[in-house]
Amino acid sequence: MNVEELQQIAADAEEKRGKFDYEVNVCMGTSCLAQHSERIREALAKEAEGCGKRCHVRRTGCMGPCAAGPMVLVEPAGTLYAHVGEHDAKDILESLGREPVARLDPRLGSYFEGQHFIVLENVGHIDPENVDEYVGRGGYEALVKALTEMNPASVIEQISKSGLRGRGGGGYPTGLKWDTVAKVKGAQKYVICNGDEGDPGAFMDRSVLESDPQRVIEGMAIAAYAIGATKGYIYVRAEYPLAVQRLTVALREARRRGFLGNAICETTFSFDIDIRLGAGAFVCGEETALIASIEGKRGTPRPRPPYPAVSGLWGEPTLINNVETFANVPPIIRKGGEWFSSMGTARSKGTKVFALTGKIQRTGLVEVPMGMTLRQIIFGIGGGVPDGHKFKAVQTGGPSGGCLPEEHLDLSISYDALISAGSMMGSGGMIVMDDTSCMVSVARFFMEFCMQESCGKCVPCRAGTVQMYELLTKICKGEATHRDLDQLTELCEVVGATSLCGLGQTAPNPVLSTLRYFRHEYLAHIEEKRCPAGVCACSAAEKPVAEEARV
Amino acid sequence: MSAEANIRTLTIDGADISARADQTILEAAREHNIAIPTLCHLEGLSEVGACRLCLVEVKGARRLLPACVTRVEEGMEVTTHSAKIDRYRQMILELFFAERNHVCSVCVANGNCELQNLALELGMTHVEIPYQYPQLPVDASHPRFTVDHNRCVLCTRCVRVCSEIEGANTWGVMGRGAQSLVITDLKEPWGESETCTSCGKCVQVCPTGALFEKGRAGTRTAKHPEFLPYLRIMREGDQP
Repeated sequence: MNVEELQQIAADAEEKRGKFDYEVNVCMGTSCLAQHSERIREALAKEAEGCGKRCHVRRTGCMGPCAAGPMVLVEPAGTLYAHVGEHDAKDILESLGREPVARLDPRLGSYFEGQHFIVLENVGHIDPENVDEYVGRGGYEALVKALTEMNPASVIEQISKSGLRGRGGGGYPTGLKWDTVAKVKGAQKYVICNGDEGDPGAFMDRSVLESDPQRVIEGMAIAAYAIGATKGYIYVRAEYPLAVQRLTVALREARRRGFLGNAICETTFSFDIDIRLGAGAFVCGEETALIASIEGKRGTPRPRPPYPAVSGLWGEPTLINNVETFANVPPIIRKGGEWFSSMGTARSKGTKVFALTGKIQRTGLVEVPMGMTLRQIIFGIGGGVPDGHKFKAVQTGGPSGGCLPEEHLDLSISYDALISAGSMMGSGGMIVMDDTSCMVSVARFFMEFCMQESCGKCVPCRAGTVQMYELLTKICKGEATHRDLDQLTELCEVVGATSLCGLGQTAPNPVLSTLRYFRHEYLAHIEEKRCPAGVCACSAAEKPVAEEARV
Repeated sequence: MSAEANIRTLTIDGADISARADQTILEAAREHNIAIPTLCHLEGLSEVGACRLCLVEVKGARRLLPACVTRVEEGMEVTTHSAKIDRYRQMILELFFAERNHVCSVCVANGNCELQNLALELGMTHVEIPYQYPQLPVDASHPRFTVDHNRCVLCTRCVRVCSEIEGANTWGVMGRGAQSLVITDLKEPWGESETCTSCGKCVQVCPTGALFEKGRAGTRTAKHPEFLPYLRIMREGDQP
């Protein structure tokens, strides 16, 4: 593979595209597939054969507005159809070149306003299992450029210049991490892609892997070149079967085209990737636990230092980044670090993909520039809270994050702003809650999650989350006193300060943030034995929920 | 590298101390008779940093650091006792006592228990956190030893000694969170374990009454894990 060959593949893909006047792209993401979009694609393909128009029906990845699925995108007009059924195939094909089918209008309002696609630039336009279509849209240009025109140091320089920070939650500067691993001496270095997305309500990484897997592979290959690794692993949850299947095909295709394997681009650079499946433990998203899991050991974290950059997989220097981080790499190398750093805020650059869920009009996947306000995302893109209810809070950062109330809606999204408000960026889950949600029971839900997902290695997390969960249950049932609240606060402090890994250290965050902004709801449960949202059955003679949690 | 380059000077609780560069804060402190409470740590075994009792304050560090795995550094200022650390340790200890059935008066290890000693040492007079009272099994299928999960603190000393010293890998951990249990083989009864060599090292290193020798009670249940460092030294001496 060299530049000419790459251009040839791109030109062939373009020529193939040119044979058709119309492209009908059917979403084959998990949520549309669940609504039988495969059957819709078959119906469309059947209609297309006999309609006499030069039309190509293509399977693509998630287009974003999942609540409106199954989605169909018609190009070149750019018409988006929502809630498409098999019986609509005929009308869609007939409308090509004419007026769009009015009844299938998605009525998305301002859903795409203000969104900026970098990570999601190809979604809806390419077949995730076809590597040539990815190349046709500029794919692997960055890898070939890095290998033929840049040395590893200048690749890292561009990543540093871009200001890209880890998209998995921590927000560690990616360039700095690469630089560290590059400088550590080691006979065998590794690149790991963390696709163990487990936050409740988060599906960004799943969508990226399902829709544009080549982008992640390209990002990893560039990283491997920059740090001097020859072997990579993608750690992806087994609960994402479609992502695993598409990745498997994508890896095979990338090898076939020579983007992976020996002597890539006729250089001395060799790199290959294997998939490792996570077995359903949230804690394996923590980097040291993930590494232990790849090694075939029990997935538990270990104290750092040594950091994986120095001693990671099998004791070798290891670079570990999140799916979305790697997905940002190819465009940065293609267009330069300065282009990327021109977007976003002072210390948070580029864009961020969020999974908008909960009590919101338009559920889906969105990508916005850093610095956009929560209000713009929730009320502009998401269309606000449905059914005349009132917005109460937005939860970001999953079980490590917190709930932000209405007065923080004008907060500009950045790593630092979210942390100072008591939440965090996390991997990008955004759960909107309205006045029917009880914040104590929300905190209890997240604590239950942490309790069940604690690995059990260190005692503050293992035993502390159980105690906090039981105190929250007590509050929800209207049986708690002020003393219980004090004990809960103290436990939050101790568990946060003394736990071994990020899971335990951040487990108290949902409690702390709801205590900070919704203390009155806690007090109503305690003093008035009343749940303001009407969710908790205070003082009801129901079976104690806590029983199940016990051994 | 000269010998001098391998020496680090630091202060622990205000006292000037020198230590080898490869030593941990815990090792340096103990050499100078500065007490730091530990439970999962045992000389001669690898460190896991799981009990969190040895957390100390290091000036300039964002978080508390476990003394057992943190290496000494030049100019480090370590505080091993403060109102905050003592309060945290007390609560961690309470969490240990509350999570399983640690009832000293009816325990074989009463008087010879590291958990009990820690409670005395840290001045824990009562447990404010509600006891969980989980229902846990006792496995007495082994002819010589018994495992009582009610007393287990999941320090994994048994797992480590079995793997690192005896090389039998009989012990392991199953489940997660509060449901974690130490198990023999694939949760076979201990007495039916095909890998167990009945060497008894696990019993000697167990800090509580979770693993004990049958037919002993009272003062005779004292454990003797001090064989470990000697064994290590002897084995290292054998190596070319």
